[in-house]
Amino acid sequence: MIPELGNFSLVLALSLAVLLSVLPMVGVYRNNQLLMTLSRPLSSGLWVFMLLSFGCLAYAFLNDDFSVRYVASNSNSLLPVYYKFTGVWGGHEGSLLLWVLMVASWTYAVSLFSRNLPLDILARVLSVMGIISVCFLVFMLFTSNPFDRLMLNPPADGTDLNPLLQDFGLIVHPPMLYMGYVGFSVAYAFAITALLTGNLDAAWARWTRPWTNAAWAFLTIGIALGSWWAYYELGWGGWWFWDPTENVAFMPWLVGTALIHSLAVTEKRGVFKSWTVLLAIAAFSLSLLGTFIIRSGLITSVHAFAVDPERGLVLLAILLVVIGASLFLYALRAPVVKGTASYTITSRELFLLVNNILLVVSTAGILLGTLYPLIHEAVTGDANVSVGAPYFNTIFLPLMALLVVFLTVGSISRWKKTSVAYLKQQLAKVAIASVLLGIVVPLAITQEVNVPIFLAVALALWIILGIARDIQTKTANKGSFISGLKSLSLSYCGMQTAHLGMAVIILGICLTSHYSVERDVRLAPGQGIEIGSYEFIFQGVERVQGPNYQADAGEVTVLKNGASYLTLRPEKRTYFATGSVQTEADIDVGFTRDLFAALGDPRGEDAWVVRIHLKPFVFWIWLGAFLMAGGGVIAICDRRYRVRESARKDVPGQTTDGLDPSLTGAS
Amino acid sequence: MLAHRQQRLAIVLFILFGTAVAVGLVLVALDEGINVFYTPTEVSSGMVPENQNFRIGGMVKMGSVVKDGLQGAEVNFLTTDFCNDVLVSYSGPLPDLFREGQGVVADGYIDNGGVFQATQILAKHDENYMSAEVKASLDAAEEHDAEVCQQ
Repeated sequence: MIPELGNFSLVLALSLAVLLSVLPMVGVYRNNQLLMTLSRPLSSGLWVFMLLSFGCLAYAFLNDDFSVRYVASNSNSLLPVYYKFTGVWGGHEGSLLLWVLMVASWTYAVSLFSRNLPLDILARVLSVMGIISVCFLVFMLFTSNPFDRLMLNPPADGTDLNPLLQDFGLIVHPPMLYMGYVGFSVAYAFAITALLTGNLDAAWARWTRPWTNAAWAFLTIGIALGSWWAYYELGWGGWWFWDPTENVAFMPWLVGTALIHSLAVTEKRGVFKSWTVLLAIAAFSLSLLGTFIIRSGLITSVHAFAVDPERGLVLLAILLVVIGASLFLYALRAPVVKGTASYTITSRELFLLVNNILLVVSTAGILLGTLYPLIHEAVTGDANVSVGAPYFNTIFLPLMALLVVFLTVGSISRWKKTSVAYLKQQLAKVAIASVLLGIVVPLAITQEVNVPIFLAVALALWIILGIARDIQTKTANKGSFISGLKSLSLSYCGMQTAHLGMAVIILGICLTSHYSVERDVRLAPGQGIEIGSYEFIFQGVERVQGPNYQADAGEVTVLKNGASYLTLRPEKRTYFATGSVQTEADIDVGFTRDLFAALGDPRGEDAWVVRIHLKPFVFWIWLGAFLMAGGGVIAICDRRYRVRESARKDVPGQTTDGLDPSLTGAS
Repeated sequence: MLAHRQQRLAIVLFILFGTAVAVGLVLVALDEGINVFYTPTEVSSGMVPENQNFRIGGMVKMGSVVKDGLQGAEVNFLTTDFCNDVLVSYSGPLPDLFREGQGVVADGYIDNGGVFQATQILAKHDENYMSAEVKASLDAAEEHDAEVCQQ
């Protein structure tokens, strides 16, 4: 009964989404207030019924209703109750349901928090989001309905959730990632609205920015959690593999980053308008492309859980309609929203343009690498090439290094025109200090010449010292340092926090990549290896029993400088329902180093191959990502996004005179 | 007017610059980043240039996995497309889904003794699902059966 209720509310949600995508839009063109006003209640209705539908599926999971096919193939009565709940999004159908629930939630959020938006704009935005919901609800109902029943012979027990997904990471990673993916639909809807109205002013950018920041922050967290999950759950000790799935999440992030910066220019200076619109379209299109690539099974990957050509075709159709229609609209309307202000060669606008070009070019490079096997197959007919990490590193790392060089210059420079003398005065010392310290500090600590490390440390210092210098300048004339800090706008603080996160990530990635010690050794009980000041001693393996699995639990005692330090307990689990084997690494997380141990496979007698890693500063990768996301959140809290329309009208020359004190503090 | 032109010029120059950097990087990167995939039959027939990294894919031959009596974490096994076998040597832990009689893909190169020295073993797909590459390899082996196997 409950699954039928879920199915019914899904159909109701579709009906409401259809109404939402049609009625307010008709209202706009008929100038009918009533129809436009309907957009709000329709959005809340859509959200309520999606939530109900999601709740019904969760109910089916929690009550082991294996007559529902999706539950039967993604759950098991022995599964711990929290994994039963997360199993809701453990497969194709359910994660699609979560996806649409997220679209509905963003739609509802827009209707809730955009009280100061003119009604006709709100109606258009919500309508466009309604269209997106319609597409995916139709797709779900006709090709992948999570409430389908197994009428004839419902199995006594389910086939179990994929063991890789029985993990805390899965509880939080997909919802965050989807929030980010789908969140770009808001920026997309605003962009389409701008094209429809032909009106793209500072107010438009100001409405769009918090939404874009929010989506970007979610996506940042989602990707970081995915990387963290891969790090400890896949048992390889790696945190980024340039796997197609990672790439398709990373591309919208890169374009989203470009969008955030380009929106800043559009808001403050009224230029890059059509470019901003294009980026908004691109960010959401790449999110859809990611969904399509993963769901269609087009590219082999750990995440490709729906290898079904029919579904792939429907998704491709949605993709083509969304991208095709928006680009067509863009071609027709882009000239209308052109910017007019001028800027010079050393203005912040130009540095942000460089930022955008570098981000978009690296996205294009990653896209090419991700799709290359498909292109190759289409051209030569041979499915026999794959693109590995060296390709992506060669493309991505130099571009990012260049990006960081411009990052500090861009964030310290001023709108419209920055004198070269000012830049020199602000940055000369910073540049010299970061290069010198970048060489001296690693050299003093490690006593070896390692150019990539010098470069990475110098670049990270370039960001950090640049931030310090800028804050020093900005607080210099404010009496005390504290009152100076208080005078900084939240969006400025957000920007600097996110940039600091970038520096932390650079340090984390480089130090981990270069100084990790990774040893795969065959160890009999009592044998051990020494890495640096740590000694790892393998104590052997014993059988233990889990709720729905049986495990070989290893014990590795770690000595530090000869003294007893801690014990790592990596496991090798065999799950009852599927018989599949899963490596559970054990990691001691530290601020400056992680100790990682995972069991390989048994090698005769009581010996095992044990994978032991010492990974310095790997924690900083995720720390940096959280700083970045935190920066995004801080920027959203800026006062000016909450100032009402009526109050803002009194502020003269927001976009033209460049004298507004908040201008210097845009992220 | 001048500022406007300067601005245009700057944009055009940056786009050219970006494109040039990108094209250069892509060319370099594609050169070193692409792994070509070969089947055991193709490897046996000497189609693969020496000292080149590539991927080999096939099935792990039943009863061919040797773990004991080797140095350290070394393991040897035969990968087969049911037509030709190639000996693979690898040092490290085998993935969870590595089984005799299951598909496997390995990254590495052929050493002077004709042994495939694997730097990475990939068997990360789920049990019922065969990687597209392995499937292609087995299909290709079937097709080649008549021509190559009898040589």
